[in-house]
Amino acid sequence: MSKQDKKSKEPKPKATERIDTSSDGARHLNEALLDVQKLSFSYDMGKTDTLKKISLEIPKQKVTAFIGPSGCGKSTLLRCFNRMNDTIPTARITHGNVKIMGADIYGPKVDPIRLRKQVGMVFQKSNPFPKSIYENVAFGLRIAGERKKSVLDEAVEKSLKGAALWDEVKDRLGESALGLSGGQQQRLCIARTIAVEPEVILMDEPCSALDPIATAVVEELITKLREDFTVVIVTHNMQQATRVSDHTAFFYLGELIEYDTTQQLFTNPSIKQTEDYISGRFG
Amino acid sequence: MSQIFDKQSKGIDSEQLVTWLLRIATYLIILAFVLIIGRIIVRGAPVLAKEGISFITQSPDILYCFYDQDGKYHRLGSQEYRDFKTANPDGLKLYELSANYSGGGIFGPLMGTLILIGICIVFAMTIGIAASVFLSEYSKRGPLIRMIRLAIINLAGVPSVVFGLFGFAFFCYFIPVITKTTPVERSIFFTQLPDWMASLLGAEQLYLSCQGWGSSILAAGCTLACMVLPIIITACEESLRAVPQGFRDASLSLGATQWQTIGKSVLPYALPGMLTASVLGLLRVSGETAPIMYTGAFAQCQLPWEGLREENWFWRITEFFQRGCEALPYHIYSVSAKIPQTEIVRPMQDGSVLVFMLIMLALATTSVVLRIRIRKKLKW
Ligand SMILES: Nc1ncnc2c1ncn2[C@@H]1O[C@H](COP(=O)(O)OP(=O)(O)OP(=O)(O)O)[C@@H](O)[C@H]1O
Ligand SMILES: [Mg+2]
Repeated sequence: MSKQDKKSKEPKPKATERIDTSSDGARHLNEALLDVQKLSFSYDMGKTDTLKKISLEIPKQKVTAFIGPSGCGKSTLLRCFNRMNDTIPTARITHGNVKIMGADIYGPKVDPIRLRKQVGMVFQKSNPFPKSIYENVAFGLRIAGERKKSVLDEAVEKSLKGAALWDEVKDRLGESALGLSGGQQQRLCIARTIAVEPEVILMDEPCSALDPIATAVVEELITKLREDFTVVIVTHNMQQATRVSDHTAFFYLGELIEYDTTQQLFTNPSIKQTEDYISGRFG
Repeated sequence: MSQIFDKQSKGIDSEQLVTWLLRIATYLIILAFVLIIGRIIVRGAPVLAKEGISFITQSPDILYCFYDQDGKYHRLGSQEYRDFKTANPDGLKLYELSANYSGGGIFGPLMGTLILIGICIVFAMTIGIAASVFLSEYSKRGPLIRMIRLAIINLAGVPSVVFGLFGFAFFCYFIPVITKTTPVERSIFFTQLPDWMASLLGAEQLYLSCQGWGSSILAAGCTLACMVLPIIITACEESLRAVPQGFRDASLSLGATQWQTIGKSVLPYALPGMLTASVLGLLRVSGETAPIMYTGAFAQCQLPWEGLREENWFWRITEFFQRGCEALPYHIYSVSAKIPQTEIVRPMQDGSVLVFMLIMLALATTSVVLRIRIRKKLKW
């Protein structure tokens, strides 16, 4: 654990160890899937840094929540993980790097297209294509060149089941996805993401447009996704963070203020700013 | 408080005056509409009723009008006139008037216009869609892109006659063309053909020569394409921008390349809008006379595909595209400005204008209706 020793200034390692004793011991415990090292990011060619020297490790098959006031850079960091910021011409990583399973995702040999198959994303506003439910889920496989109907059928069914949507839509797979309710649409987007079998699923406020019941369904789904995927979720809803996440990171003005197990961070924050934020005194 | 109830009724106050001025301005539009469209209909409808379907299925012809010795009035096309003369070799013809292009119908010009629109669509749509995709999906902001946008805006404001002269200079007299005959000094490249190709094309050598396409439908169609290009690029970019960013994000995040994203998640949803918006632009330029009168339209009675001289299929096609043709707007211009104006020309003028207007109206309406339909279907 030499990597963690290096960053002993940050209050994270102890906590990670503590929580993992309770989960199933069969998997690679404590393995960091994403490793962010002193990451600085700028939207304007490096003039001002939107993210400032952020370091954190996101453990495998856990749900990690990002919280913080609006504009603090949660989405920005999330989009750094699958290089979605590449589409913004003036965006730059000005310092540090992000490693997935030890490999730098901004390295010269990395193909962002393949990276994005490994690191899927679910967006704040559900954005199904105006195609059939089936075609939505099959999209990722189709663009990857899969043509066999049997393979696609199987993947669609598996993904829809994985997104807890199968029972509701199995009789109308050919109908337009736009006919689904908001919550169903968001679960369809999750199904679409897990259909390409990524390693990580990034979720940017996936429930912010949903009513409480739909939110509960999606939250339940997120806790279930943890069995197969590593989930990073941005949320403004503290209760949601406590309900679904194992770890929580609190950001403020582009900096990582505190990163700990969710329980620890919410019950016993070690930094004043965190305490103020979660108790609603600012933000 | 009591002031509220103090409204003085001094006849027309300024508020009312402004309302009325605005109202009159609005009504003037209706007046213009009624005057223009109404007049065209009132004058053209009787012509169409009288000539019937033959007005659309026949080509323009010379018209002869006269009274015979029995006082009977005749309106004859050239063939009928010849028949009449052979039947009555020394029959008296009183008050004889003749006018070119005023008999028969407008089949030729109609076909010419359709062919021009077709050529224009092919060139303008491919270049327009490609350019708009590049501008809205690939290009980064920068001085070059700013200049391109400025160019597009300015191009849209160039008078049509300037386009006509440009087309005349560029397409008719400069652009490289493949020929089989020894061209004049402008030949820039020539190749000896292998035997199988020589027999296929019926020529020993091919020349690439900067001699232009001549006054031809290809030149005219391309000139029109240059003219709609700014309209089409702008319309296509708008349609592309109307596709939600979410589609692109979703597609990219699922591991699609940018080209796949454009092909599968952007273009299909932008295409209906692109097409309908472009059709409106195409209609506008297809009614223009100035750009085609220098480049490929001329008054004639032949159909565009009549009288091709080449035997070989390849040269027949090139001959077809390198020949001029008659187009509706130019036909209207011819019969109303180029030939001596007598009363026997009137029916042709009125009928042509009405048919032309009806076609444009129909196409425009279809495209608008189509757009509304598609908008409803592709709602997101
Ligand atoms: N495409 C962009 N170009 C330039 N600046 C941006 C862009 N996107 C975000 N920003 C800026 O970067 C900062 C961080 O934005 P970000 O969207 O990451 O915040 P956030 O924490 O996700 O906020 P919210 O909770 O409101 O979603 C903000 O100040 C924002 O204005
Ligand atoms: Mg955000």
